Amino acid sequence: MKHSFDPNEVRAAYWLSAPALLLMLVLLLLPTLAVLVLSFTDAELGVPQVNFRGLAAYADLLNDSTFLGAVKTTALYVVLVVPASVVLGLGLAMLIEADDLFKPFFRSVYFLPVVSLLVAMASVWQYLMHPSIGPINMLLNTFGLSSVNWLGSSDNVMGALAIIGIWQTVGFNMVLFLAGLTGINRDLYAAAEMDGARSAWSRFCVVTWPMLGPTTLFVLTISVINAVKVFETVATLTQGGPGKASDVLLWVIYEEGFVHLQIGTASAMAMVFIAVLLVLVLIQTRVLEKRVHYT
Amino acid sequence: MMASSYFWRGLRIVLLLLGAAFVLAPFVFMVSTSLKPQAEVFSSTLQLVPQQWFALSNYTKALTRIPMGQVLLNGIYVCLAIVVFQILFALPCAYALAKLRFRGREFVFGLVLLGLLIPIHAISIPLYAAARSTGLLNTLSVLIVPFLLSVFAIFLFRQFIKSIPDDLIAAARCDGLSELAIVWRIVLPNAWPAASAFAVFSVLAHWNDLYWPLIAISKTELATPPLGLLFFRAAESGDDYGALMAAAVVITLPLVMFFLFAQRMFIEGMTMSGLKG
Repeated sequence: MKHSFDPNEVRAAYWLSAPALLLMLVLLLLPTLAVLVLSFTDAELGVPQVNFRGLAAYADLLNDSTFLGAVKTTALYVVLVVPASVVLGLGLAMLIEADDLFKPFFRSVYFLPVVSLLVAMASVWQYLMHPSIGPINMLLNTFGLSSVNWLGSSDNVMGALAIIGIWQTVGFNMVLFLAGLTGINRDLYAAAEMDGARSAWSRFCVVTWPMLGPTTLFVLTISVINAVKVFETVATLTQGGPGKASDVLLWVIYEEGFVHLQIGTASAMAMVFIAVLLVLVLIQTRVLEKRVHYT
Repeated sequence: MMASSYFWRGLRIVLLLLGAAFVLAPFVFMVSTSLKPQAEVFSSTLQLVPQQWFALSNYTKALTRIPMGQVLLNGIYVCLAIVVFQILFALPCAYALAKLRFRGREFVFGLVLLGLLIPIHAISIPLYAAARSTGLLNTLSVLIVPFLLSVFAIFLFRQFIKSIPDDLIAAARCDGLSELAIVWRIVLPNAWPAASAFAVFSVLAHWNDLYWPLIAISKTELATPPLGLLFFRAAESGDDYGALMAAAVVITLPLVMFFLFAQRMFIEGMTMSGLKG
């Protein structure tokens, strides 16, 4: 360990990082601190009187049916979207990588939803899922199936939002898996075949799946984080409804802070939200350190 | 052997085409519906080609019900300003973290990692309060200022700059370049793949963002595309799907066209910023 620093180098380093550090302080750290402080109060936007409540806001959240409902609804959305979009993303990547025919074409087609404006495409899905004139129900009817009230019924709304979520994210997961697949040394497949892995499935189990471990873990984490942040489709199509059936975390935080103006409570919710993200990232690093390693 | 190979290749194409049909269907219906009169949208037949062309009426509504051109320009202006500032502020800091030795380097990097965890959604309340007290609400600046710094950019650039050979930087120093000159004349050209990857990531994120504009902007003429479309939806009373789909086409088209012209850059950019992130 050498601890002698070149003073010129140190001065340059401080000057070069000073603008970024200043912005980090003003735009990120102080606001986070402010949210933390606000979460201990009963602050209301536009009301000068503020009382310190300590952890009472957090205790209240444990009895707040709207907030608890939002946690459940968001968890449901994550469970509906993440497995499907990860498995489909992997499947598509393997299908596309299996042969050279139309490879770039399919890659671009599946990536198209990622570069489309989500709010606009949500509007399109709203039309596709319209209970009476929507093409999806018309298609169901022509096959003799009865119409489904996709976004208008509290039983179906999360499923309908999940379909839109899967449609939008599968292409992103696919390109990440494609990058992971092209990183696998071709010789490993030949070696596995010589060692007796004859079928495509056994080669997948022996080579592809273990080698994709880090990519899969990463795709899984980023998919969960993005699903927890679902907001655009809810704000455009359902606004938490019908009833409270699609009240997801970010929508509830937005309503509490900017519609009901209860910024104390909203800040406590926001701190819980940060805690959730922190736990997700910690799980990822833990698993990455322990399980997903290869030589 | 040959027959089986043809079978699998055929099966691959069939499966991929089925998936492609599912992925493309919303785009097809969006364009088709944007060309139809309301009566046809509400008729109970499933037909893609309109019997009566209503494109002119629908697209006129799409462009005039809200100031659509202005909304698109706002989006482009805000996204470009954000990405330029983000690279401008992040690159020198990333270079210092990657190549310079100084006290507190680990601490600064720790702050960057901490910052990665905090999304705009969580800190929007103090940012809103600050914007209100500085009179920034309902200006285009309020859409840019909170995003001047991207800790993700610092993180990504640091990873990339680490792989630039030390000799290259030492040589530049011997030639008498200042550290700042090294950042712009040596590091930036070498970190260009990372910069363009980050640019794709940043533009996509901010072009799509609805949360912050919804909070900070209430005037239609200052809206970015996602918020503009919400205003458009609010301005129409009934189920005028033809006009709504025309607006969706107009508002989706710029980025999709850009993607079709620069597909490699987009896909490689998202892959790189994804996997390094």
